[in-house]
Amino acid sequence: MQLGRVVGRVWCTVKSPALEAQRLLIVQPVTPELENTGRRLICLDAVGTGTGELIYWCRGKESSFPFLPREVPADATVVGIIDEVHVDRRLS
Amino acid sequence: MILARVVGNIVATRKDPRLEGRKLLILQPVSPEGKPEGSYAVAVDTVTAGNRELVLAVSGSSARMAEGCKDAPLDLAIVGIVDEVSLDDPPQAK
Repeated sequence: MQLGRVVGRVWCTVKSPALEAQRLLIVQPVTPELENTGRRLICLDAVGTGTGELIYWCRGKESSFPFLPREVPADATVVGIIDEVHVDRRLS
Repeated sequence: MILARVVGNIVATRKDPRLEGRKLLILQPVSPEGKPEGSYAVAVDTVTAGNRELVLAVSGSSARMAEGCKDAPLDLAIVGIVDEVSLDDPPQAK
């Protein structure tokens, strides 16, 4: 799973029937220091995320599991909203 | 999932039987602003997308869960035609 920030939304009228009523979010991956890293991508929303929120998302076939038993064609899904990030970079 | 622009199509006579009757399109991945990024890819169309349209494509094993693609040998499927993209955050200045 990776950290990200929701930076926008996408709307599709014509879409796979399994994607009906799913929210599509534009996610910018971020580092633990909350700096942008890598390309933005489109994720489904499993937790009711709003724009600007810090989230974590998973990729791959597992990203369709939150919607089971519906088989949703998803390769990236927001699965959690982050409250706090604690990073300790000191080497032991 | 990625945003992409349809830039062409492919005709293939000899192919896996599970791909018969499926439309194959060439996609150029784009950023939310519509700028091309990354390299071209071939995708199976499940939503009757047309040339130059902005589409949503799903990659990897999840692509097989697109409509009518069960057990088909594919790793990129078009699952939506994009009407609108709204970005609330301007891209970070580099």
